[in-house]
Amino acid sequence: MEPGPAPVSILRQGSYLVASIHTALDDTQMERFRHDLIEAIGHQRARGVIIDVAALDVLDSFGSRTLHDIAEMARLRGARTVIVGIQPDVAFAMVRLGMGTGTIPTALDLEEGLAFLNGGTGLVPGSFGG
Amino acid sequence: MTQFQAETTSTEESLEVGYVDNERLLPELVAHLREHRSRLRDTWAQRVREANLLEAMTAQEMAAETTLVYDNYVEVLETGSVEALQHYARDLSERIIPRGVETHEVVGIVLLLRDVLARSLFEKYRHNPELLNRILDAYEPAANRIANTVAVSFVEERERIIRQQQDALRELSTPVLPVRERLLILPIIGVLDGERARQLTEQLLLGIRAHRAKVVVIDITGAPEVDATVANHLVQTVDASRLMGANVIITGLSPTIAQTLVTIGVDLSKMYTIGDLQGGLEEAERLLGYTVTKQGGAIT
Repeated sequence: MEPGPAPVSILRQGSYLVASIHTALDDTQMERFRHDLIEAIGHQRARGVIIDVAALDVLDSFGSRTLHDIAEMARLRGARTVIVGIQPDVAFAMVRLGMGTGTIPTALDLEEGLAFLNGGTGLVPGSFGG
Repeated sequence: MTQFQAETTSTEESLEVGYVDNERLLPELVAHLREHRSRLRDTWAQRVREANLLEAMTAQEMAAETTLVYDNYVEVLETGSVEALQHYARDLSERIIPRGVETHEVVGIVLLLRDVLARSLFEKYRHNPELLNRILDAYEPAANRIANTVAVSFVEERERIIRQQQDALRELSTPVLPVRERLLILPIIGVLDGERARQLTEQLLLGIRAHRAKVVVIDITGAPEVDATVANHLVQTVDASRLMGANVIITGLSPTIAQTLVTIGVDLSKMYTIGDLQGGLEEAERLLGYTVTKQGGAIT
């Protein structure tokens, strides 16, 4: 993949990876992020991935599809993915444009995402037929 | 010189020449209207009654208002300034709108007054057609402006009231209420239109973030009807809430609404519905891990 600094930092937290997207990513950066993250899952032997999109005020169809792809690839590599921090405006816009995150679980914030991966709350977000 | 100017200069100036003409005539006109004030006013009030306008008002109110309107009317003719009239018309509208006076009534009475006065002018000057023409030339534009001012003031006042009520309704209509930690209820009362549904979703999503809600119960017992548009809005709201990590339970679907939704074929398979609000709250508490136990010493 392209050289240069990674657009998204991927941090290890126990057996989970936390990726916080801080700025809007263009399509190239998005692919770079996907590549980095899938690599990291293997290196770190992660069991779960939390992608924090709280800083994004817009999520286009390519972005949401890539997130979906990432979740699917992560699953194939043995890690569960949860997307956290979708802002109200973003959520509404996504729904109106008919693009959900499909079957990827979502949670309010990082804390909720961790609780979800730990199975602590006993309440699976998006579990209602989602 | 004047003629030459009127012919050669712009229409604006020739209008002004006409205006000077009017200025000379208006005092005479006003004097006539003042002189026959009570007779003309009574004729007018009579015509208003015959036309079944302003039935919401009592006879005394009618007498008082017609006098005021008449005087205002003549004053506008005299001064040419509609400001006082505007003020009065707004004031009047404020008083009569709550009593159900309609736009056509207000416009109707002003046009009747215009008619009554024009007839009296006609009567007075009919032996001098040339003067009559000029009097009417002076009278008509002023009268039209008055009718216009009153109608516009009335409609503006009405719109202001409507906007005010809409704002009040909007603020009242989408309460997002936290009932337990991480549990919100959203009762929907009244008709949901597109704008309200959008606002409701926005309020709910902001509420989810503010209260860190995990479960939301939307109760639509108070919604009289649900059509395809509203149902789709609900589906979107549920999806958007889920994106923010909150689960939505919908309660209070009446038999009629249930039947409608099935008949029009809205896909509600993604919706989690429970019969009534009580059931919805119980389920929400269960999901959140609350147990509610009845204690001794309760009110019996």
